[in-house]
Amino acid sequence: MQITVKIYRHIPGVDTQPRYDEYTLDVDPKERILDLLENIKGFKDGTLAFRRSCAHGVCGSDAMRINGRNRLACKVLVQDLDTDQIVIEPIIGLDVIKDLIVDMDPFFEQYRSVLPYLINDDPLPADGKERLQSQEQRARFDDTTKCILCAACTTACPPFWANRKYVGPAAIVNAHRFIFDSRDHGAEQRLSRLSEPDGVWRCRTVFNCTEACPREIKITQAIAEVKEVLASGKINYKGVQIGPERVGSG
Amino acid sequence: MQTHQYEVIIVGGGGAGLMAALNASRGAKTAVLSKLYPSRSHTGAAQGGIGAALGNLEEDHPEWHTYDTVKGSDYLGDQDAIEFMCNEAVEAVYDLEHFGLPFSRTPDGRIAQRPFGGHTNNVTGKPVRRSCYSADRTGHMILQTLYQQCIKNNITFYDEFQVFDVLVANGAVAGVVAVDLATGELHVFQAKAVVFATGGFGRVWEITSNAYAYTGDGVAICLRRGIPAEDMEMFQFHPTGILKLGILITEAVRGEGGVLINGEGERFMERYAPHVKDLASRDVISRAIYMEIRDGRGINGKNYLYLDARPETINKYAEADGRTRPDGTPYRVTGEEILSKIPDIADFCRTYLSVDPIKDPMPVQPTAHYAMGGIPTDVYGRVLVDDKNTILPGLYAAGECACVSVHGANRLGTNSLVDILTFGKHAGLNAAEYVKGTDFQNLPEDAAGFTMAQIDQMRNGDGTEKVAELAQEMKREMFNNVGIFRSEAGLKAAYKKIQELRERFTHIRVQDQGKIFNTELINAWELGNMLDLALVVTESALARTESRGAHAREDYPKRDDANWLKHTLAWLKDGQVTLGYKPVTITKYQPKERVY
Repeated sequence: MQITVKIYRHIPGVDTQPRYDEYTLDVDPKERILDLLENIKGFKDGTLAFRRSCAHGVCGSDAMRINGRNRLACKVLVQDLDTDQIVIEPIIGLDVIKDLIVDMDPFFEQYRSVLPYLINDDPLPADGKERLQSQEQRARFDDTTKCILCAACTTACPPFWANRKYVGPAAIVNAHRFIFDSRDHGAEQRLSRLSEPDGVWRCRTVFNCTEACPREIKITQAIAEVKEVLASGKINYKGVQIGPERVGSG
Repeated sequence: MQTHQYEVIIVGGGGAGLMAALNASRGAKTAVLSKLYPSRSHTGAAQGGIGAALGNLEEDHPEWHTYDTVKGSDYLGDQDAIEFMCNEAVEAVYDLEHFGLPFSRTPDGRIAQRPFGGHTNNVTGKPVRRSCYSADRTGHMILQTLYQQCIKNNITFYDEFQVFDVLVANGAVAGVVAVDLATGELHVFQAKAVVFATGGFGRVWEITSNAYAYTGDGVAICLRRGIPAEDMEMFQFHPTGILKLGILITEAVRGEGGVLINGEGERFMERYAPHVKDLASRDVISRAIYMEIRDGRGINGKNYLYLDARPETINKYAEADGRTRPDGTPYRVTGEEILSKIPDIADFCRTYLSVDPIKDPMPVQPTAHYAMGGIPTDVYGRVLVDDKNTILPGLYAAGECACVSVHGANRLGTNSLVDILTFGKHAGLNAAEYVKGTDFQNLPEDAAGFTMAQIDQMRNGDGTEKVAELAQEMKREMFNNVGIFRSEAGLKAAYKKIQELRERFTHIRVQDQGKIFNTELINAWELGNMLDLALVVTESALARTESRGAHAREDYPKRDDANWLKHTLAWLKDGQVTLGYKPVTITKYQPKERVY
């Protein structure tokens, strides 16, 4: 089929203003949007810049706005869009460096601010083996372990567009992944960060993040669960309420 | 041009690089240079698990893991290194768990394990549950967990820095030269030790499971500095890539009971590997698929087959095989259970094929997957520059870009993750130890000169050739003639073609003359790397007149231990490949016929 692709082009500091370049392509409807970008870059305009690596939705490099929605270019097929007019733009809320490439450093800074690593200073099991965790405990935070840090959620979030200091959905997802891990002892530090003015309370439950997530993480729900812990002071590890103290590792 | 000084520089931010960083940084001033944000690295695409004889569900031993790996390697792996790795695997997995990796769990809360191709109970010969997993996204969890630990330990990262060159002075490492992609500026990093952890080069082939970033940069950089590449003819084709796209469908699908079915509805692996069937080694299964297709038994006579993971199919063959669960009850599954074990695979199938894997079979074909060969190293990651195992002081390599060799002629599934953890760790530890007793080498006068020359050539060619076209021609040629089966005529044709493409490469001219994120320039340079590696792979394959592991010669169908039980070393100089050889280390296991 023949399609028209309009792509946002801009190098701040070099170009006076952004423009849209338009390309007409003959494509197989099963092609990925990333395939179109590769085709344009390889055969029509080598100056077009975008990030990509794995090309199947697990590395998180190629989040961009495709017909107005945040998607990974490698996880959208032409046929999914139900149109022959495709507009591709950079994600919103992070500064454009060139074309579809934005400055990811502030995003990773927010991620780091929630202490995204296991905190547990207890002695390791004496036999040197694994800490125990029940299947139920493991399932409790499974959804938020899927995050690939692509920023599709954070840059779809209206409160983040309004205030770039807001820690944003991706960082909260990663905080959730540890807060609800029965092996972790760092909930207090993370919750203290998330209760700051630019923390979790800036979320207005718009659900844009959940819709944008290419990993289908229930982000709005995860954020709500973090809010609930802050409000109640209790962490629900298993689906039954357990107290503020940690229940062993078993 | 900016200059920096670190005791240890690590090139690459995947699993091996991050493990090296975590371990080197404890004893030395360390930085990681990565062309991607580390969390984008290809380790994250690994799916099915990491092999370690924990014995959480049934009897298992590191010795069995060792023997399986030796056999899987078709006896080309060095047995001392394999034994070292398989012993280390157990601790490596516990380390990951202690770092917080969210493994799937057994009913009693231990790390869950599943069967995988080539991993067996050495007494019964039946598949053993050795692969420690986190659903079908084990690599993602490993990459995330290691990156998290790096954040915790304040590791210094230079993200989106492309390394172009390694500097050597007075016979020892002096540093690396890199370009900051965001600005296009050159940076010289003076270092006492450099660890390459740059991954593989599957992008040389048309159908591949590998990321765009997998262009063999580290191996190519080393080749240009006179360092050989080992066993480059040994490249693994994974049996089950998504039709046309090559996206990996993990062996875990077969571990959970899925079977391969040909156009006649037959579970054909019974004929090729009567004992373990669909869980034979990858090389064995890829060849079987190729032969089924060649003999007209593809689906509708076409060039693909089905991987069938529908519960009714799984249960039918589990019953036929007498497969049981650890508690002795018959192995039977529901669709829901299957989906919970392979959620990402289900997502890929729906996204790219509009197929639901518990309702429809998945169309698959073999896909270029893993480089067994690479920069020669010992078990400490030290790079060895000749057939006498001479060390280049300060130079290290680990992970897929290295060849220890633990995978020999064919890697077992799950062992790539064992490899990156074990040898990433030891390369990091040894680099940190080495720098304590050594001084910085003075940087050469014109440190960035060689890098500048390479960049200038790509900017100033006459522009009569296009990078994307040359890349397409290379990928097709390599897939057709240097793929699963090879022959003298095909390899000679490929060699000629690659040399032609290398000549045409000198005529390219990148259109983008800017500095900021000039990804066109980087892509062009990466093609240059791939052309160098393609040449080395082809020449190494042409010389090896036997069939062993992933290297299957139609004109020499038998393994020939009398003449070829040895590692290939290939040097690239002035566009010509020179070959040498070194012996394989045999300790406990004398080569014998390999039957699954």
